[in-house]
This record gives sequence, C-alpha cells and structure tokens, in this order.
Amino acid sequence: MEREQHDGRKVVLIDGCRIPFLRSGSGYRDLTSYDLGRLALKALLDRTQIEPGRVDRVIMGTVIARLATSNVARESALAAGFPPHVPAYTVTLACISANVAITSGTDLIRTGQADIVVAGGTESMSDIPICYRKPVRRKLLEAQRYKGPMDFLEFPKGIGLKDLLPEIPSIAEFSTGRAMGEDCDRLAARLGISREAQDEYALRSHLAASRATTEGVLRGEIEPVRVPPDFQSIAVDNGFRADTSLEKLKSLKPAFVKKYGTVTAGNSSFLTDGAAATLLMAEDAARALGYKPKARIRAYAYSAQDPGEELLLGPAYATPKALDAAGLGLSDIDVFEFHEAFAGQILANIQCLASESFAREKLGRAGRMGDIPMEKFNSLGGSLSLGHPFGATGARLVTTAANRLIRENGTFALVAACAAGAMGNAIVLERWKDH
Amino acid sequence: MTYAQVELRDGVAVIWLDQPGEKVNKISLDLLDGFSEILHRIESDPAVKGVVLISRKADNFIAGADLDQFRQARDPDPVEALSRDGHVILNRMTAFPKPIVAAIHGATFGGGLEVALACHYRIATDDPRTVMALPEVRLGLLPAGGGTQRLPRLVGLQNALDMMLTGKNIYPRQAKKMGLVDDVVNPYALLHAAKTAALGLAEEPLERKKKRTLLAGLLESTPFSRRLVYKKARQMVQKTTRGNYPAPFRIIDCVEAGLERGLAEGEKMEEKTFGDLAMTPQSRELIQIFFGMTALKKNPLREQVRPVRKIGILGAGLMGSGIASVSAANDMDVLLRDVSPEALGRGEKALWRELDEKVRKRILTPFQRDRVFSRISGQEGYRGFEKADLIIEAVFEDLDLKKKILREVEAVIKEDAIFASNTSSLPITSIAEASARPDQVIGMHYFSPVPKMPLLEIIVTAKTAPWVTATAVDTGIRQGKTVIVVNDGPGFYTTRILAPLLNETLVLLNEGADIEDVDGAMRQFGYPVGPITLLDEVGIDVGVHVLRILGPLFERRGIQPDESMEVLFKAGYRGRKNNRGFYRYDPSGGGRKKDVNEEVYAFFGGSKRVSIGEAEIQKRLSLVMTNEAAYCLQEGILNSPRDGDIGAVFGLGFPPFLGGPFRHIDRLGPRKVLAMMEDLENIHGNRFKPAGILRDMATENKRFYDG
Repeated sequence: MEREQHDGRKVVLIDGCRIPFLRSGSGYRDLTSYDLGRLALKALLDRTQIEPGRVDRVIMGTVIARLATSNVARESALAAGFPPHVPAYTVTLACISANVAITSGTDLIRTGQADIVVAGGTESMSDIPICYRKPVRRKLLEAQRYKGPMDFLEFPKGIGLKDLLPEIPSIAEFSTGRAMGEDCDRLAARLGISREAQDEYALRSHLAASRATTEGVLRGEIEPVRVPPDFQSIAVDNGFRADTSLEKLKSLKPAFVKKYGTVTAGNSSFLTDGAAATLLMAEDAARALGYKPKARIRAYAYSAQDPGEELLLGPAYATPKALDAAGLGLSDIDVFEFHEAFAGQILANIQCLASESFAREKLGRAGRMGDIPMEKFNSLGGSLSLGHPFGATGARLVTTAANRLIRENGTFALVAACAAGAMGNAIVLERWKDH
Repeated sequence: MTYAQVELRDGVAVIWLDQPGEKVNKISLDLLDGFSEILHRIESDPAVKGVVLISRKADNFIAGADLDQFRQARDPDPVEALSRDGHVILNRMTAFPKPIVAAIHGATFGGGLEVALACHYRIATDDPRTVMALPEVRLGLLPAGGGTQRLPRLVGLQNALDMMLTGKNIYPRQAKKMGLVDDVVNPYALLHAAKTAALGLAEEPLERKKKRTLLAGLLESTPFSRRLVYKKARQMVQKTTRGNYPAPFRIIDCVEAGLERGLAEGEKMEEKTFGDLAMTPQSRELIQIFFGMTALKKNPLREQVRPVRKIGILGAGLMGSGIASVSAANDMDVLLRDVSPEALGRGEKALWRELDEKVRKRILTPFQRDRVFSRISGQEGYRGFEKADLIIEAVFEDLDLKKKILREVEAVIKEDAIFASNTSSLPITSIAEASARPDQVIGMHYFSPVPKMPLLEIIVTAKTAPWVTATAVDTGIRQGKTVIVVNDGPGFYTTRILAPLLNETLVLLNEGADIEDVDGAMRQFGYPVGPITLLDEVGIDVGVHVLRILGPLFERRGIQPDESMEVLFKAGYRGRKNNRGFYRYDPSGGGRKKDVNEEVYAFFGGSKRVSIGEAEIQKRLSLVMTNEAAYCLQEGILNSPRDGDIGAVFGLGFPPFLGGPFRHIDRLGPRKVLAMMEDLENIHGNRFKPAGILRDMATENKRFYDG
C-alpha cells in the first residue's frame, strides 16, 4: 500500500539549549535526572522567555528512569515552573530518546494538536538504580505478606550469599547479551575499520570539541548552571580531553574484546550527566508571538534492524529514508550532526553510506548514498568528546545542527543517531528563511 | 444572633460554628453561650449519641479572641469574669455525658484551641492552613480558657510550656505526634471521621496512650522532678526576657498551680492572673502593636495597585538574595542579576540553604523547594528584564553607582516598570535625578537578614506617583512584610533615629563607658542586641557612611557628630566582617562573638574605664532616639506616630513592651519626657534639644495617641 506523505503545518525550531554535559560522578554527582531536566527546562524558559503556561506539551527523553520520577518530564516541568495545566510525558528509546521527543512534538504541531512544544531529554549516570538480584527481590516482596515473626525464618531459604550482592545495570543488549562495545568491535572487524582509524577519529572529535569550547562557539547553546552543594559556576563541558594525542589513545587497552579488540575507552563515548531542551512551534504561532525561528523541521525517519548483526547502523538506514521524505540527496546537506557512540560506529556508518553494495543489498537502492564531506561533519565535536547523556543527546544534535546552519550559512542539516535495539533516527532541518 | 447551628445526622449532633458577617469565628462569651445552650438541649435527647464541633468557615476553626474586649477594659474584674465564665462553660463540655469531638480545619488559635482542648477528642485536617497555637504570651497575656491546665495534661509539661511560652505554631502532623490531636485526615473526610469517632467513643470510651519520650515521662511523673522543670523554665524566661515581660512567669505559675494543687486551683489562678495581665502596660503595648500591624496589612491605596509578577533584583549579595527569597517564596518570578558567576553562586547558595533548611524542618518538601528555587533566574545580564514589573536595586551603597545602575537598567526595562532602591540612607530624590521617569522611582528599605526581619520601610519622594507607592506597598505585604511608608529625607526614618543613638553610644564610650556596660544596659532596657554589637554586625563602614550622610542634618541643629567612628574606620576597623570590631570573634567557632576587643579603647581615651550607671545609659540612649522620632513626625518624614512605633519596633528592635517611641512618650507623659530632655540638654547640650512637637504636646497636655 502506497503511503501518503502528510506534511501538515510547518514546524519550526525556535531555539534550544543544554546545561553543560559533565562526566558522571563530577559536578552533578549529587543530582538526579529530575534535577538536570528541571535545570535544562528552566534554562530554556529563561533563554526564550516563553510564558510556560502557553506551552501545550513538554516531552522529555530519558533512558535510565528512577522509580520515584518515572515520568521525569512531568516532575521536571512542574519544578521548573511550568503550570500544572501543561501536560508532560517521558519517552524512551535508548540513545535516540530525545529524538523521539522532538519528532513526537513535531507531529503534534504538524497535525494541529499543539502550537508550542518543549522537547528534550535528561540523563544522570551518577544516579543509576542499583538493585537486589531477582531471588532477593522475590523474597522481599513475599515478606510483605508475612504475618508473624516466625515467618521471617523462611526468608533466608533459597538465597545464596552472592544473591545479596547488588546488581548494577550494564549497557548490554538485552536480546543478545552483548555489551554495545563488543558489537562495535564486531562491526569494525567486519568492515575492516582499523584501530588507528578509530583513534584518529576520536582525536578529531576531542580536538574539535576543545576548539569549539575555547573559541566560545558552544557558548551559544550552553546555559551555565550553579548547582548544590557548592554553587560553583559550571559553564562548559568537562568531558573532552584537550591534551589528548594519538600516542595516548594508542596506548589504551581494548575495553570490550580483550587482547585483539579495537574499541577502547578512548574511542568510545563515556558515561555522562546532562540535559537539553528545544522549543518547537507551529510557524504561525512563532509569528504571532514574535519569535524568529532558527530552522524548520523538514522531515524525519526511523529505522530498525536485527540487533544481532546491525546494532549500530541506524544512521545508515535512517538517513536515506529521511532524505527521501525531504526530497533531498546527501549532497544537498550542508551540516551533518551524527551521534558518536563509538568512533568505529561513526566510521562504519560513513562507510556504509558511501558503499554501492550496501545501497544495493541493504537499502534496495540503485546507487550509493554518497560520500560525506568531513569538513561538514560534527565540526564542533560529538558524543565521543562532548559526552552522551543518553536521553538528552538528540536535543543537543538538533540544536547544534540548527546553530551551525546559521553560522556556516548552510541550507540543510542532517541529524542522525543509532540506538540500542538496532534502531536509528534521522532528522532533516532547513535553515529558516529569515536567517 | 446565632453563632452556631445544630443538625442531627446519624445519631450525631453536628454543631456548626459560624459567626455571622465575619470571615473568621472569634471566641466570645456569646459564641460559648450559644454553644452551651445547644448542649443543654441535646443532653437528654436519646437520639443524640455524640457531638461534633465543626466550623463552617473556609479556613479557620476559631481564630482566637476579639482583642477589643481587653483593650477597652479599665480594671481587671471584667477580664477576670471573662475567664471565669469561659471556665464554667468549658468544664461543662468536658463533663458532658456524651462524647464531643472537635473537627479542626484551618486556624485554631488561643481560645479556639482551648475549646478544642475541652472536647473529648480532636481530629485535624492535613491542610496547610490548619495551624494550632496558644499565642497569648505574645500579647502579654496567658491562655485563660483552661489552656494552662488542659494542655500540660494532654501533651506533657515540657511540650505545653514550650507552646505557651513561645506561642509557636503547631502543624497537624506535629500535633498528632505530640498528642495535641488524636487523628489527622484530609479536609473532605473531616466531618465523616469526626462523626465516626463520636459514635465510636459513645460505644467505647477512649484510653489515650501517652506520647511522651521515656525521659520526658520520667521527668514529669513526680512533683519533685517537675519542680526541676518549673525552675529551669523560669530561668530560661528570666534569661530571655530579663524580667521585662511578666506573662511567661505567670503562665508557669498557673501550670504549676494546676498540676500540683489541682485543676480548680489552677483555673482560679488563671482567672485572677488573666485579669491582672490584661491591665499591665506590657500587654496593652503588645496589643497596640498587634493592632498597628494588622492595620498595616491593609493597603490604603489598593485600588491603584498594578500587578507585579516579575521582579528584577540588581545585586545578589545578602540583601539582594534575601529580597529574592521572600519574593520567590510568595509566588513572584525573580531575575537576580550580579556581575560575576561567583557572586551569583554565593547568592544562590544562600537562597538554597535557606530553602533546604525548611526541607530539613519538614516545612517544605524537596519538590516545593525546587519549585520556589526555580522562580529565581540568576544571571549576569539583563535577560528578561524587559518583562519585569518592578526593579529593586541592592548594589553597594554608593550614590553614583546607584545612579549609574538606574540609567543602565532603565534602558532595558519597560516604560511602566517601577525602580526601587534598597538603600538604608541615600536620598531617594537624589537617586531619582538619574531617572527619565522620577515618578516611578521609590525607596524600598529592607532589613537584614531580609527573610527574618519583618519590616519594610518604603520611601516616597515628592515626585513618586501614588500608583507606584500603592504597588510597592502591595509587593511588600505579599512578601510577608509589615510596611510603613515614609517621606524622603536623610536616613528616612529608621536610619535617622538610629544615628543619634549610635552617636550617643560613641559619646558614652568617649566618656569612659565600658563596652559591655553599654550593650548590657540596652539589652536590659529591652533591645535584642546592644548598640555596639549592632554596630559590629552591620559594619563600622556602614556606621560611618550613615553618620556622614546624616552629619549635615545634625550640624544644622548645632550638634557636632562624634568622630571616633571615622577614626576607627580609617584604622581599618570594619566590625564583624573583618574580625576587627568592638568585639573579638572566634574564626574557628563559626565567627561566634568571644569578648570585648580591648584595643579599641585606645580610640576612646585609653583602657581606663569608668562606671556609668545603667539607668543613665538607658535614659540617654532611649531618649535621644525617641526625640529624633519626634523630629521625624514634626518634619513630616513620618505620616503617623503609629508608623513610627511599628518602624522602631520591627526595624530596630525597640522594646515591644514599650510600644515604640511615641507610645513610650505617651506612657511616661510628654511633660515628664520634656523635663527629662531639658535636664539632659542642660548637661549635654544640643544633642538633647527637645523636638518642637514634644514641647507642644507637653504645653497643650496632649498625647500622640488618642485615648
């Protein structure tokens, strides 16, 4: 059945911002994802001066939910000053959770259900829930039904000592049991992507982030914060290594596939705390309120593959779909903002997009997608260097892409990212005509 | 008039308290009589198994007593009778054969709580408006409806003394914990819960478990150990009041009489003491202040108030963050600007700590704290200032700086925004010279620490528009402040009357007075801190600044201001802030005051001190300030003696039991005060030249207050 494309109303990005992304366990160690979300939403309100009561929806992505704030969007929004009547909900799709928040918001506006949407994401890796193992959890729940003290004698039965050790969630693919880094190692080996190429890409990312920070380019999208307990000013990201070098990167041991692997801590993204938010509006709403949009959300697409084989190729699959929907080719894109889970993953996706056989065999297309001009690619750093708070990265990518379009005088930007479950997302932005 | 209606529901007589034509129920004999009459009717009605006492008002059970009845009484007898009649009715309630349940929602103060105490069971709602207290002590009185008797029996001696000696508020969960109420329910379930409780009690009488800690239980169980508690309490009261307030002692007496010699004895003492206390000048002054404060909660210009939703505050120092705190806590959005992230961080940290403290005390939930904190946007620029309705500058006390900041901010704010200066002494008229819209410039003088100090002194110039004044007053009231409006002049009112007191303090030191003698005398007089400690606290630099601003004014009256503070300042003394002041501070002990810094005596004629009598110190320091207040009224700085009294008590800590400078003159008698002033003038010269208005009052034998 032929699907019809419904463009509906035009959706524009007014602005976006994030709080500085910090290595987990550093400046935000006493905060939760709720706190970070609240800070990012408050920053967006301050920055755009939008009256929070006029917002129709707040959508936030997150991956590792705390039980107490399972709908973290709602709690963060209320605490940030959104009045109770503004609905807020949380979406989750691994590393593209914020992408889902933004595309859901886009659809709400496009179909006339909302005029103004705040979409973003929040993540704290300093506050991950640590659980008892299943046998203890089962016993604890059973114990709630105990009547007398004698019943408690039953408690230790069937629990081994090692069951009492806490269970720390690992970033492993549920369906395959493999850590994501292992999959990246497999993918790099399969496509012949060398350790040197990965290290070189990682170095590039760190140096780009460092340069963008020193030159103040990122200042335009980062809102400084001061947080408990000491309220020192936090104005820049702290994850990138300005002083790293190929030698240093080369010296690191493989992190996942011991001995022969190519994926190291140096060419992988690190655990990060952070949050980001964007303000989306219907074109007419923006005009009525006197806002000058930065970009239009032109099109987006999602993809999904077999998690066993193509866990990290989301961008290569989602990009053609989104470009088709926008009626554009890869060569029309002036700004590329891809999520860097691993250097190997980025290089693999670039390679696939450039490959004839990938296009033919996997995408069912006659010709290859094309080569990505690297000077247009992640030129301000990426998840490898700026950090990757799972639920928030998508909002950073979209905001940076829009800002780069304006600064680099481009027309179209492509945002793409992969996610656990072998899912992918791509979003096409078009610079707003007044800029 | 009917104060109560009764309806029979499911075997329970529900008595609705509803004082006609009022928003609140007030305790009065009429109310109690109506109630008593109903009880009489239903006592023998077999259909009635229990009784529920509940209010029809939205946010109060019984909000206390009508204070006018004490104010008008000329002798103790009628007041005593009030208490006696109350006892008769409340004792009848307690002895009523059917259970009476108090269903408490909203404010339950004083006599209202005593009515609840006389019931057999109490259920309170968990609503934030439900607050219980016995605040009589704050008016120089005591709980005379059996409160001193029933409360210790219910919640224990120490809890009861704490409540009655401080008058503090008790919230529902706390009340349940200490046994003041038996249960806490949501507001919608109150009536049902109370009825169910009444029927349950009718079936099976209650055995109430004592909720005291082991230690408290032991301490309160024997007459001998209780004697220790009374003794300790009396010592505490003596220490905090220095014997200036009789009521707390009388409360302890009544509790002791009741617990050791029986309820009847206790009530008899309650009646007698109540009548006596109502006649004390302390109680009259405290009630007068209460009336003044209540009157000031109403904005006379409320029709002209324009909405203030967003406040821009310039400067995140102690004052700026304090103003931000009281604004955000009262639903205003705040833009807090300072020049550096470090300064902002310090201000925000102070704000956060204050809010977090409330979380620790369970006054706020962490979420409520976050929400209040989110109302404050700390920033280095003027973002959002175009939406601010009111700008309050709290930058360094420097006229040129304030003018510069005014010009700067006026370029970015909207045309009808108000510019307020939080200065303690700079003339608002001079600041307004920098403005293109001087009619929208006003002074808002807060006191430090802002969240704790109740006064806001608003200063208007000849050009300030009435709507601007109205809006500033409204904002202050919303921030929880007691607001007085004064006219512009050097030091306005509060700083101006403080200046001669500080000056006279320096003169005394130069005469050889001992630092601790001066502070001690004034604390004994009733000030919370002595003037020299105050100087150290606010800073010697600030003191110098104030005396410099006011110097010319005093010189015109032929007074040569003391210059020793200027010398101290030039020698690097700043007070507590740089640990170089009149006292020494312990840097390791959180900056606690240690002892007198003997080296400052070098600036006041050397270490040899002479003894100056307490009465002499008190007379000079109190009269020099009181006289200056009279000048302020005479010159039109003050609009009324009431404003002057409230300003001195709430802003400067003038002893509340003296009622303020004008009440003080009235009580002593203007003639006597004039005579004292003339004596002092003869000895000390122009510093004590009586204000003309004082002379007029004395010759015409008039008083500042009527009646």
